Amino acid sequence: MVLAEAEHFVRAPNWTWYILFYFFLAGLSGGSYVLATLLRLRGDSAAEAVARLGYYVAFPTMLVCPILLTLDLGQPLRFWHMLVNTTPGQLVPIFKYWSPMSVGAWALVAFGLFVTVSFLDALRRDRRGIEGAGLLAKLWSIAGAVVGLFIAGYTGVLLAVSNQPVWSDTWALGGLFLASGLSGSAALLGWLARHRRAAQPAAGAFVRAERVFLLLELVLIVAFVLTLVPAGTLGRAFGFPWILLWALALLCVLPWLRSRERTRSAVAADGTVAAPARVVVAPGLILTTLALISVLAIRAAVIFSAQ
Amino acid sequence: MVEITPGRAYGFFTDTSVCIGCKACEVACKEWNQLPGNEPVFGDGFDNTGSLDSQNWRHVKFIDNVADETMQAGDGKAWLMMSDVCKHCKHASCLEVCPTGALIRTEFDTVYIQPDVCNGCRDCIAACPYGVIGLDEHSNVAQKCTLCYDRLQGGMEPACAKACPTQSIQFGPVDELRAKASQRLDDLHGQGIAQAQLYGADDSVYGGLNAFFLLMDKPEAYHLPNAANAVLPSRNNARGYLATAVTAVLAVIGGLVALRRRREPVREPVPEPVRKQPEGGE
Ligand code: SF4
Repeated sequence: MVLAEAEHFVRAPNWTWYILFYFFLAGLSGGSYVLATLLRLRGDSAAEAVARLGYYVAFPTMLVCPILLTLDLGQPLRFWHMLVNTTPGQLVPIFKYWSPMSVGAWALVAFGLFVTVSFLDALRRDRRGIEGAGLLAKLWSIAGAVVGLFIAGYTGVLLAVSNQPVWSDTWALGGLFLASGLSGSAALLGWLARHRRAAQPAAGAFVRAERVFLLLELVLIVAFVLTLVPAGTLGRAFGFPWILLWALALLCVLPWLRSRERTRSAVAADGTVAAPARVVVAPGLILTTLALISVLAIRAAVIFSAQ
Repeated sequence: MVEITPGRAYGFFTDTSVCIGCKACEVACKEWNQLPGNEPVFGDGFDNTGSLDSQNWRHVKFIDNVADETMQAGDGKAWLMMSDVCKHCKHASCLEVCPTGALIRTEFDTVYIQPDVCNGCRDCIAACPYGVIGLDEHSNVAQKCTLCYDRLQGGMEPACAKACPTQSIQFGPVDELRAKASQRLDDLHGQGIAQAQLYGADDSVYGGLNAFFLLMDKPEAYHLPNAANAVLPSRNNARGYLATAVTAVLAVIGGLVALRRRREPVREPVPEPVRKQPEGGE
């Protein structure tokens, strides 16, 4: 039988669970660092308090990433071959700007440095009760946030720079992963901010940020669909059972679109009631978990449907 | 006997019109390269090798086009056999993405995976448009045809070409093989076999394949991407990063706006003086 579609005849690389969770954590770590930096730049004390939460989230999520990537290798002990060319007689650093995996390995090293320093710095400031952040800390955070944007997004480009069906048929994956990583981070930080007294006043802002990122995400999903149509791989990415994952991803973020404005009277400790005010309430654990599930579901659908 | 000198480009000319499907190439390859092989696969046809992978560096494809009623002549098409192999592409997708430098181009202009450099990331597997490479379960690194790198270094031709009884697999310097191939093509066309065509002999597919083929049907019939589909992974770098960068800019602007400080109080309305007043004398 002559096959009708004759694109490529590739073998799947079998990038599965390790890679899925790496993509997920890279999105959260990069996203949290970026949001933390945006808030740090805002300058007021509530924003700085959430910013530090962001750096606290970015650190452990970042730490797991190289572990997952290493475990995924056929030869885990050779993880450092990503950075050093061990061809006999060479032993020099290797960097191929045209290979996202090579760029990503270096970016992860750089991001690790930024996150670790920002994390320790936030810890120190919190310990000593320092309220603001200095110019140096801000500049460091901005540089780190640029790398953070890269870390959250390049994973999509990594998939695209291949000859796999679905992945290589689209330009939308990098943006999609970045937007969804940011939306997951916004949900997570908003929820965490509710639990840190000094950060509470900034918690509601994350709901607005979440909607912005969800909108971007939606636009990119549409772009993803449209790019797959001419390639003839739409059915592959969105057919059964993957359509269930896409539906899950969508359903999980729907509650976020409902208005979360409440009229609230703040009651002080002594019972004094302040004038009622319209406030945006950051969602609780369930909605936050749903948002994170959505981030995971999108990546799972993209990773598994192509292979 | 072909003389083998480093610095010259070597490859295979696989002439599928004379392949008899004996699989001597597969056996010779496994013998020389000490590949234990996989369990045989039993599918729809007579092909029990399955596909090229870490254990199968040659794979005789059996493409069964036999009609249910075999009343007319097959024109060499009824049953296509093709000893498939790594193409040692001039513009090689696998080599392009490899992050470790394990994939190199050798002094014989072949594409080779250095087994002690490869760390098994499998990016090359996602890249190769011919499904050539597999992660080996014994060595845990990516493996494929080496064009018998070790034999070439010792001045010997690759095992498969040596074993092929019909000269369907011919080894030699690429320029000489190309001349032979176009001669063979002319002969076949002269005999009225119009469907014969070369694949990868010119630079239309991945800049030219060092291991190229004479086919008896369209490339698609052999599950080979045609010239229009022969594209490299790096084509997606610029547009992928661009879309990511645009998203990043929009997200940062959107984020700054959404997270900006607002005049409206957000659960903040517990100003200190209000709290202090009734407590008075504390
Ligand atoms: S056929 Fe595949 S493995 Fe061989 S050189 Fe080309 S891209 Fe690499």
